[in-house]
Amino acid sequence: MTANATAISVRDLTVGFDGTTVLDHASLDVFEGEILGFVGGSGAGKSVLLRTIIGLLPKRSGTIEVFGTDLGALDDEGRRAIERRWGVLFQQGALFSSLTAQQNVEFPIRENLKISPQLVAEIALAKLEMVGLDANVRGKYPSELSGGMVKRVALARALALDPAIVFLDEPTSGLDPIGAAEFDALIRTLQRTLGLSVFMVTHDLDSLHTVCDRIAVLAERRIIATGSIEAMLASEHPWLKSYFRGERGRRVHH
Amino acid sequence: MNASLTATVDGERLGLVASGAWTAERAAELEKIVDDTADRYAAARAIDIDLEKLERLDTFGAWLIERLSRSFTTHGSTTRIVGLSEADRGLMDEVRLTNRTPVAASGRLSPLLAMLDGIGRAMAESGRSLVLLAHLFGALTRATLGTVAHPTRLRLTSMVHHLERVGWRAVPIVTLSTFLIGAIIAQQGIFHFRTFGAEVYVVDMVGILVLREVGVLIVCVMVAGRSGSAYTAELGSMKMREEIDALRTMGFDPVEVLVLPRIVALIVAVPLLTFLGAIAALYGAGLVCWLYGGMEPDIFLSRLREAISVDTFSVGMIKAPFMALTIGLVACVEGFEVEGSAASLGQKTTASVVKSIFLVIVLDGIFAMFFAAIGM
Repeated sequence: MTANATAISVRDLTVGFDGTTVLDHASLDVFEGEILGFVGGSGAGKSVLLRTIIGLLPKRSGTIEVFGTDLGALDDEGRRAIERRWGVLFQQGALFSSLTAQQNVEFPIRENLKISPQLVAEIALAKLEMVGLDANVRGKYPSELSGGMVKRVALARALALDPAIVFLDEPTSGLDPIGAAEFDALIRTLQRTLGLSVFMVTHDLDSLHTVCDRIAVLAERRIIATGSIEAMLASEHPWLKSYFRGERGRRVHH
Repeated sequence: MNASLTATVDGERLGLVASGAWTAERAAELEKIVDDTADRYAAARAIDIDLEKLERLDTFGAWLIERLSRSFTTHGSTTRIVGLSEADRGLMDEVRLTNRTPVAASGRLSPLLAMLDGIGRAMAESGRSLVLLAHLFGALTRATLGTVAHPTRLRLTSMVHHLERVGWRAVPIVTLSTFLIGAIIAQQGIFHFRTFGAEVYVVDMVGILVLREVGVLIVCVMVAGRSGSAYTAELGSMKMREEIDALRTMGFDPVEVLVLPRIVALIVAVPLLTFLGAIAALYGAGLVCWLYGGMEPDIFLSRLREAISVDTFSVGMIKAPFMALTIGLVACVEGFEVEGSAASLGQKTTASVVKSIFLVIVLDGIFAMFFAAIGM
């Protein structure tokens, strides 16, 4: 794990819609091989930052670099090459409802690589097994899966092409505490085995305590703090205090 | 960075050295290399796979190495993996556990059997949808009786809302289409009847055709495409998002709350639209007769008065509410049949439109026999 090279570097990013500015000169680094927990109030613009980095929303100004490449300066070809190096786990899974679990994972592999159908199927199954699903899930459609299973299949799909970066949008929301803890452990294991850099938007204080190497906090339209959980707990910033040391925060901590 | 696998044979021993980047980008060539190697050295008894020269390894590469090693071990050979770096050990261990359960080969039917299978399933499916139609009709009848017994349970707001959507808002497009149909029938009639010098009978043809058959059919096709499909899509997405289950748990009958207002709105709207459509079609026909056929409007009107009777008009109007009921029932049945996926919503909406138009035509045929039998 080299903790110095940056996987994602966001500088002075400004994003807004019509008259409102959601992010105002926000800057953030994600280092290679770390799990960055990204927190902020509901509606503060966490998902906006995530969606801007992965190119679903346009930015007003600022630069976003991924592995040292400025995303704004890329042509379509270069953009596709970068996009293959990241995987995204959407909040609701966003599995294709007309495909089975296995076909969902196969889809990005099949579209991007010219390999035999047998190898596609083997890799897809390997990924499903790596996220802790057993073989009988493969033929099921998303509507037949439980919420936790949908998240796991979606994670397998995000990992299908062996990306270097994974974006997770609230991976543990909607899971019971046991399921959430298992999912956190899974993310940690996969991060280690595959050497991933993980950008995780989350509200789950347990996740922040157990799996995140660093935490970045979004408030007042910019990143107000980054650092370890200890640094967050020690901070005197009023927002951080109420978030990490409020009633719910204390209960997790002690 | 090239990926390669070099082999050295030493008696019964085979040494394989993997080098370069064994990653997803190279998966296609690696797969070929691995398969060739497995074929060529199938006879080897002891194999060492040396990974020391690997520059990068991801799941694709790790799985291909695992696949290679398994292809030897299934022949009873012994395989050793050496030179594995600490960083890649976790990945290799993880991959070793996967793909252990063989993929069950799905039984393929022969084309003939598959065709017969398809026909059988389609028959069973149409039988089932008729049963479902009967179910919903029964539920609707019960809900109607319940509402008649307790008129306060009638959802007037909802009904008026649907009436506006399927009736009032459909007026422009329905009158425009029927106007054009009337005009086209008259034009074609004049064009062909002229050869026999029988242009005046065009009025008889247009009058009877429009009032008895075409008016109501065109309106029903429009309504099935416009409103039937919307009903199916609405109920279908409500079903997908468990809204219908939510209604049920709150003690409401989905048929009474969702289906009854929609179908009542259709039963009211379709006869009104048929009436307007018939007027528009006759107007279009009259206009064409005047401008294209040179028939003065008062001659057209007096001719029309002789050609048609109240019966002609009643036949069309009597059919309209039954056809509306058919369209509404089919649309709602299909809506409730929607399952979890987006594809299923699309399929059911298509099925709703196709089935309701087909059933409307079948019903029209039955009515034709019925009216012929009673002499109308």
